[in-house]
Amino acid sequence: MSIKIENLNYIYGKGTAYEIKALSDINLTIEDGEFIGLIGHTGSGKSTLIQHLNGLVKADSGAIYVNGENIYQDGYSMKKLRGKVGLVFQYPEHQLFEVDVFSDVCFGPKNQGLSTEEAAKKARLALQSVGLSEKYYKQSPFELSGGQKRRAAIAGVLAMEPDVLILDEPMAGLDPKGRDEILDKIARLHRERHLTIILVSHSMEDVAKYADRLIVMNRGSVQFQGTPREVFSHYKELEKIGLSAPQITYLMHELKKKGFSVDVDAATVSEAKESILKCLRTGKRPEGV
Amino acid sequence: MIRDITIGQYYPADSVIHKLDPRVKLVGTMVFLVSLFLFQSFSGYIAATVFLGCVIKLSKVPLKFMLKGLKAVFILLLFSVVFNLFLTDGETLLPIFGKLRITKEGLRLAVFMAIRLVYLIIGTSIMTLTTTPNDLTDGLEKGLRPLKKIRVPVHEIAMMMSIALRFIPILLEETDKIMKAQMARGADFESGNFIQRARNMIPILVPLFISAFRRANDLAMAMEARCYHGGEGRTKMKPLIYKTRDKIAYGTFVIYLLTVIGVNMVSRVL
Ligand SMILES: Nc1ncnc2c1ncn2[C@@H]1O[C@H](COP(=O)(O)OP(=O)(O)OP(=O)(O)O)[C@@H](O)[C@H]1O
Ligand SMILES: [Mg+2]
Repeated sequence: MSIKIENLNYIYGKGTAYEIKALSDINLTIEDGEFIGLIGHTGSGKSTLIQHLNGLVKADSGAIYVNGENIYQDGYSMKKLRGKVGLVFQYPEHQLFEVDVFSDVCFGPKNQGLSTEEAAKKARLALQSVGLSEKYYKQSPFELSGGQKRRAAIAGVLAMEPDVLILDEPMAGLDPKGRDEILDKIARLHRERHLTIILVSHSMEDVAKYADRLIVMNRGSVQFQGTPREVFSHYKELEKIGLSAPQITYLMHELKKKGFSVDVDAATVSEAKESILKCLRTGKRPEGV
Repeated sequence: MIRDITIGQYYPADSVIHKLDPRVKLVGTMVFLVSLFLFQSFSGYIAATVFLGCVIKLSKVPLKFMLKGLKAVFILLLFSVVFNLFLTDGETLLPIFGKLRITKEGLRLAVFMAIRLVYLIIGTSIMTLTTTPNDLTDGLEKGLRPLKKIRVPVHEIAMMMSIALRFIPILLEETDKIMKAQMARGADFESGNFIQRARNMIPILVPLFISAFRRANDLAMAMEARCYHGGEGRTKMKPLIYKTRDKIAYGTFVIYLLTVIGVNMVSRVL
């Protein structure tokens, strides 16, 4: 499913003393099946932008086309849209409310008008794809650990079988193992079910590793977009807007400075490894090393 | 969406009224409210209007924000005007139907009642628009301190009030977030009959209560970690001290009150 955003503007608290221009003139295209990394400093408007994509926040001006249809046109069903564009909020475990995990995951599909059996089927599939084992299904969501709660909440959105999955910092507050597991699960959904993914993250390493394309936001507008390599080649500018490149990019630049002919645009550890090994094999070393 | 609800919205501006001691503003509001019910004559209203106009001008808050509060009491206003207009006995001015008629006294009462209500709302709005909730509770605490002698737990009441006020925007924001999260899962809060709607609130209320308890717990812990032990021997970082402008303000209130009483007496004699 493709999404096209045209000249989007949004102001919080319009007409009050506390107006905040959260988005200004956003133009973006997101193709079907892409894995997008959305990065930007705190308060740059990432969360606001993604809430537009499933109609939770309505733009002050501009248009959003989902599969070519303007979502602001009369008669466009927001409910349908929310089934197609799944949005997982920051700290999604705060939305859990049912008596047990399984019924909570059924909430979404039931709202879509599915029967209890169909909803249960989808809930089971969703819980499997986030890797939550069957023994938790009948437990209260409040008895789970933080990481398990997070997974249950993500399953609650996945159960609606969206075509686009948007995740707002799904790894915040998890331990390294928990975050890797969740990221791997998301990457798998992208690979196997061809979901379009938009991942909001503050970790440059993560987006470099998983995303096909990065969108960098700065103070409510889009500053850069492109492949991780392209975007991180602007690492000096990124630093100016409160971001950075992955650690490995800095290492590669250091190596280059020392005279090794490595690829400075390598954005992930594996790319860097290749490049360093190649450099060593060819035997071109700087003087004195 | 839910943030649009305004409860005692503070409007930041750099004005004399903003800088006044909160106690002065509390007393001033009280004086103004009492004065509204003191006078029966038209000239009294002129005095009140002039006073209110000056304060609004000084406060630098756009009139638009003052009038916002009126929306909430519009129905009440309408009722009182209609009842006073049609149901007051007296000299008939305009017969309508049977016993239903507009009298001279009715018209007078209706107009006075409307003005009183509108001024009452605007008067209190000025206080909340120009004073942060924290200042307000500080003012209350210090102003009510004498009551401590008769064992009223003034500090505790003020602390509870300021915590409650502090939590209102946080809980509103939280409600907004949870509502959005459930709407993203297809929840519908608009359609259905009353019982269905009430049931549809469960997905909001449960997480909201849980988060409120969590926050309350965290706050209690944080207060204890910083050795909070009640009001005994507690000092303020910014103690409230009357400045010259506060004394001038008190003087103005006295003059205003005397004017109103004077005008009232003169008009009664005439
Ligand atoms: N509900 C709201 N009401 C008023 N202003 C808001 C609201 N939500 C966000 N803002 C403001 O809008 C701007 C953008 O916020 P947003 O939450 O989109 O940023 P973000 O990029 O998601 O930040 P973070 O990385 O901290 O999550 C900020 O200046 C913020 O203060
Ligand atoms: Mg955010």
